[in-house]
Amino acid sequence: MKADVSSSGPPLVELKGISKRYGDLLANDGIDLSIEPGEIHALLGENGAGKSTLVKILYGVIEPSAGEIRWEGRPVAIGSPVEARALGLGMVFQHFSLFDELTVAENIAVALSGEWNLATVRGKLGEISRTYGLALDADRAVWTLSAGERQRIEIVRCLLQNPRLLILDEPTSVLTPQEAEHLFATLDKLSADGCSILYISHKLEEVRRLCRRATILRAGRVVGTIDPRASTAREIAALMVGSEVGEIRTDAPHVPHGEILRVDHLDMPPAGLHGQALKDVNLVVRAGEVVGIAGVAGNGQSELFAALSGERLAERADAITIAGRACGTTGIDARRRLAAAFVPEERLGHAAAPTHRLSENTLISHAATEVSRSGFILLSAAKRLARTIIKSFDVRTPEGDPQARKLSGGNLQKFVIGREIIRKPKLLVVDQPTWGVDAGAARLIRQALVDLARDGSAVVVVSQDLDELFEVADQMAVIHQGSLSPLKPIGEWTKEAVGLEMLGVAQAQGGAHAV
Amino acid sequence: MTTFEAILLTIVTASTPLLIAALGELVTERSGVLNLGVEGMMAMGAACSFAAAVTFDSTLIGVMAGMMAGALMAALFALVVLGFAANQVGSGLALTIFGLGLSGLIGAPFVGARRDPVPPVDIPGLSDIPFIGRLFFEQDLFVYSSVALTILIALYLTRTRSGLTLRSIGENHTSANALGLPVLRVRFVAILFGGACAGLAGAYLALVYTRFWSPGMTAGRGWIALALVVFAAWRPGWLLIGAYIFGAATVLQLHAQAAQFGVPSQVLSAVPYLATILALLLLSLRHGRAVGAPGSLGAPFVPDR
Ligand SMILES: Nc1ncnc2c1ncn2[C@@H]1O[C@H](COP(=O)(O)OP(=O)(O)OP(=O)(O)O)[C@@H](O)[C@H]1O
Ligand SMILES: [Mg+2]
Repeated sequence: MKADVSSSGPPLVELKGISKRYGDLLANDGIDLSIEPGEIHALLGENGAGKSTLVKILYGVIEPSAGEIRWEGRPVAIGSPVEARALGLGMVFQHFSLFDELTVAENIAVALSGEWNLATVRGKLGEISRTYGLALDADRAVWTLSAGERQRIEIVRCLLQNPRLLILDEPTSVLTPQEAEHLFATLDKLSADGCSILYISHKLEEVRRLCRRATILRAGRVVGTIDPRASTAREIAALMVGSEVGEIRTDAPHVPHGEILRVDHLDMPPAGLHGQALKDVNLVVRAGEVVGIAGVAGNGQSELFAALSGERLAERADAITIAGRACGTTGIDARRRLAAAFVPEERLGHAAAPTHRLSENTLISHAATEVSRSGFILLSAAKRLARTIIKSFDVRTPEGDPQARKLSGGNLQKFVIGREIIRKPKLLVVDQPTWGVDAGAARLIRQALVDLARDGSAVVVVSQDLDELFEVADQMAVIHQGSLSPLKPIGEWTKEAVGLEMLGVAQAQGGAHAV
Repeated sequence: MTTFEAILLTIVTASTPLLIAALGELVTERSGVLNLGVEGMMAMGAACSFAAAVTFDSTLIGVMAGMMAGALMAALFALVVLGFAANQVGSGLALTIFGLGLSGLIGAPFVGARRDPVPPVDIPGLSDIPFIGRLFFEQDLFVYSSVALTILIALYLTRTRSGLTLRSIGENHTSANALGLPVLRVRFVAILFGGACAGLAGAYLALVYTRFWSPGMTAGRGWIALALVVFAAWRPGWLLIGAYIFGAATVLQLHAQAAQFGVPSQVLSAVPYLATILALLLLSLRHGRAVGAPGSLGAPFVPDR
């Protein structure tokens, strides 16, 4: 378990025998890990392997059941994140630690130590976001921002503290490729300046681009420390899951038939002061096809999702037609009864209620159609349903029917997707289907989406992951500042063309979209 | 003094205890804790302040005792809801019932006693301005303090670091905990502050407003204070407006009832509530997005360590 890293002094941080027990489950089981000054160290492992648990222990959020942390050779007890920050640790959380009602500047200020006032924070924020290409508007309230923008806040908040060890728990899960590239350049620069980085990601290509050492966890144990550049993505994935990860099968050719979803000249004002308006969106999705919607975060994806799902209503009923019924002005449950299903991007808090059990969480979307009868919840049906979802989507749970918050991020994602797919909807709309899931689970989810379409459903996938869209979509459109480009078969798109659309260049260059 | 001036003065006296108690509750709620025990804490504040003031013949000691009593009650509440993460609604209701009962016991020997009026603070020169002079510049110290407190709390919440911490904790205690903000400690202090304010409001009732003690003399003002916090959308400025509208409507409808306009008295009694709701509704409509309660309000916090 040794990889050579030449350095003279003691490692910056050394974890020895870290264990964390949750009831019967050992989330971390005697983990050893050391990070050298200036090193970018990857922490890999499938969903539920214990990565977030380990870094939360390091950052003082949770207490280890056993083990020791050494900082520059000295044993330290990190009792709280404040102490961690005082030592020089910074952390980007997987599930954001932000405050919806506060502004971006306030969200950043609240975690700063030392002297500050909001004016200086605003100034520094501008500086950092310019230097590192992470655009942020200091005075917007967080609830108006997309997940991608929220992730930028988390990152900028850490960078402002000049950390000596930066922990990033899936920082690029909702960043666009360009933003991610900026972040990598930043990380390279930080590492050259001597800042160490512990990097958690499911995207192996990123890890190979950034890191020279990677520690791999499986079921709470270290199964190896490797040089990710010396091994292929397949080999690493195999180490993580203990078996090979296959490609997506799309055997049956794409033969779309009847129209399931029609969006017709949909306009929608922004939800808040800073939301994005939808401008004359047109879209037709037929049974049997997967339609991908690409775009940079905050260009109207959440608004489009809200309009399609009925979380926000359109002005005209015929702006949105699902399975032949005009339903632009009817709510989400009515649309569910038309056999539509929706998976929002935010899994904890939007798709699932954190402190409710998984069986109770099935009610969120199934109550409209089943698991309740004349107003009464059929508890045993809900339990059975939860069990089925857990089984068929390989959700790893710490106990039989845990609260949603106790699931690791990727496992919760599998659950909320599975919950909708299992209804065999005629129309499925998903926002960021594989946010933060491991390679194996991402394949499982993508396969399920493709299979659902092949079985005759219409599937709309909103995603910032272009590779994902190229993998699953039959047709694709790009959303930019609330306008949707025309739908084209996936074969007619190139990554460059998509990139230009995403930046709005194509539109500027000659009004390619006559409407 | 004209009748009109007299009415205005009574409006100020009617509004002040509501404002003080509501300000305390506002701070508590902004930290994410719902304390329904305001009525009980206020009753205890009234009983203890009156008992102490009579015993030591000192208004100052009375006021201190009232605040202490409110804070002690709040500490009991904090122990239950923070220490044992008990349900806040239930614990708050229990606190009110307990406070009403205990205050009756403490106050019993003092039924029938009276206190002299608390002298107003006369700001020489200014108080001679015709009409508004006495209204603005010849009030007792409580009135000035309550206005100052409103401004201070508004500044504290929006301008200071510790105010930002308090708001963050009320907004989302899970995030706050992940960042290492001291959730329980901040809430404890906020609950104590709320209790002290409720106690002070009770002291004002007993020592200035009525100047005697009788059981149940708080007469639901604690509940009004609670409602005002909600109507004011958890903003100190709006709270000041709300408390005064409520106070004014209460006094005016009493006069209206006395004048016998032929409107049923029940309708008039409802006026203060309707007026306050309407005014604050208009305020929040103008503001755009309806401001919601603090995100973690009422939710027990159990650190996941
Ligand atoms: N508060 C908790 N109570 C009980 N079990 C928990 C709790 N938090 C996490 N777990 C369990 O601990 C295990 C490790 O979770 P962790 O979040 O560390 O996984 P992860 O490696 O970060 O996964 P992912 O890639 O999906 O984010 C999981 O099985 C999870 O269900
Ligand atoms: Mg994780």
